[in-house]
Order: sequence, then structure tokens, then C-alpha cells
Amino acid sequence: MITLTDVLALSGILFAIAVAGVFLNRKNIIVLLMCIELMLLAVNFNFVAFSRFLGDISGQIFVFFILTVAAAEAAIGLAILVVLFRERRSIDVEDLDSLQG
Amino acid sequence: MFSTVLFFIFAAVLVCAALGVILARNPVHCALLLVLCFFNSAIIWLMLDAEFLGIVLVLVYVGAVMVLFLFVVMMLDIDTEKFRKELAGYWPLTLAVAGFVVFAIMNVIVVRHLGGADLKSAPGLPDHYSNTRVLGTALFTRYAYPAQLAAIILLVASVAAIILTLRRRKGGKPQDVAQQVAVRAKDRVRIVKMASEKAP
Repeated sequence: MITLTDVLALSGILFAIAVAGVFLNRKNIIVLLMCIELMLLAVNFNFVAFSRFLGDISGQIFVFFILTVAAAEAAIGLAILVVLFRERRSIDVEDLDSLQG
Repeated sequence: MFSTVLFFIFAAVLVCAALGVILARNPVHCALLLVLCFFNSAIIWLMLDAEFLGIVLVLVYVGAVMVLFLFVVMMLDIDTEKFRKELAGYWPLTLAVAGFVVFAIMNVIVVRHLGGADLKSAPGLPDHYSNTRVLGTALFTRYAYPAQLAAIILLVASVAAIILTLRRRKGGKPQDVAQQVAVRAKDRVRIVKMASEKAP
């Protein structure tokens, strides 16, 4: 049988990997977006596991909404990225300083 | 017992694929490894009796979001090698932060056993249990308004994505609808009265 501890540990490791990815790919926005997707996946693991082990379906409803918002976020994020690349020919975060004044 | 072994195999593949996502040099490889992550997660969710969400994860993420990522990666021409070299000095900080996150989470779930909560084994499911039916019942009764809110979020996201990437070409000949509607016949057509002519 899968235990709750196993799933939560897996989710924690996944989240830590995603955090490390944010640090390692700090300049490349597209890989940053992928790391955010990984973080959301780790959080969803927690919701699914607790929903199963507490016998409450609300956790899975929450995962449903998180998936919705994550899809919307990915669509808008990538659209902004495409516009940005068209304007600047670069997706380096350091180049995005025109609001600095 | 068999399901435990399966869980650990899929978990190991998941962690390796996640490491690949953050370490791969080519963004296309990152995206494909992320697809592998989502497939493994979907399998583990199936093992946790969340069948509907497992299938939704494959359909929505692998089918839509990751394809979108791949399209964008292929549209942009990025030199990742340059980025990596500049960030090579951040390894110690990265390992420290990731190690702290793992330590904090493990402390809660392994050392403190979630504050003593008794969640050793999952409650048994009744016969003829349908995850989709239960989820749908909850979604369209207790969570009906949040579901509509989610629909509005998706609508706003799709409109925003289209408007952001809409490009008006220079020298194009777009229609001005207001001008078209405002046109009257007398502005365009001139009726000339003239005597009929005889054939020579």
C-alpha cells in the first residue's frame, strides 16, 4: 500500500527540485515557467494525497481549479513571452529593466 | 506490496525527469522531460484513486500546455549556453535552498508525523465507486459558483492571449466597421439624369 508519508515526501522533493530550477535557470524565462509548472504539480500531489487519505473529495476539486488557473497562467505567460521576444529579441530577465526609471 | 514497488519505480522516474527538466541544456529537452514528469504523475494519481484528475492531467497538460510550450520554444531562438555560464556560481546557494526545503518538509512529515495525525492507511472505497461521478457531483453542487468562476478565468485568459499576440501589419487593409455601417446611399451613388441618345 502507498502511505501518505511516501507521497508527501515525493511531493516535497519535487518542490525542492523546482525551487532549485528557479535558481539555476534564473535568466531563461521559458524554463522558469516550466519550473513553476513543476511546483504546481508538487502542490497538486499534496492535495490528491490528502484527499485520498482523509476521504474528502474537496482536495481533488481544488486540484481541478489549480489546473485551470495553471493553464490560464501558462497561456498568458507564453503570450507575454512571445511579445517580449518580438520587441527585444531576447528573453533574458536582466534585459527587462525599462520600468526601472 | 506490488503497488508499493510500482509507486517507488514511478516516483524514481519522476524525480529523475524533474532533475532533467532543470539541468537539460536544450529547452526542447526540458519540455519533453516535463511531459515525462506529467505522465508519471498521472500514473501515481491513478494509483491514488484519482482517476479523473490523472486523465485530465494527461489531456490538459501533455495535450495542450506542453504543446504550447514546445511551439514557443521552437519559435524563439535562444542561446541557453550563455545563461548557464553566467549562473554557474549559484550552485552552492541553490543546493542550500533546495536542501532547506527538503529538510523542512521531511521534518514535518517524517520526524513529527504530521503533528500526530493518524493517517496511516487510506479509507476503503465502497463498491462501484466512481471517482468521476463523485467529483462531478461535488463540482456541480457545492462548487458550482467556483466552477463558473474558473470558466470566466479561462475565457479571460484566452482573450488576453489573443489580444497580446495580435499583430497588425503595416500596409494592411483592415475594414473600419463603423465607417462601413455609417455609409448612406447618397454618399456613394450619384444618379444623373440625361436625355437618351439616338443611334447614328
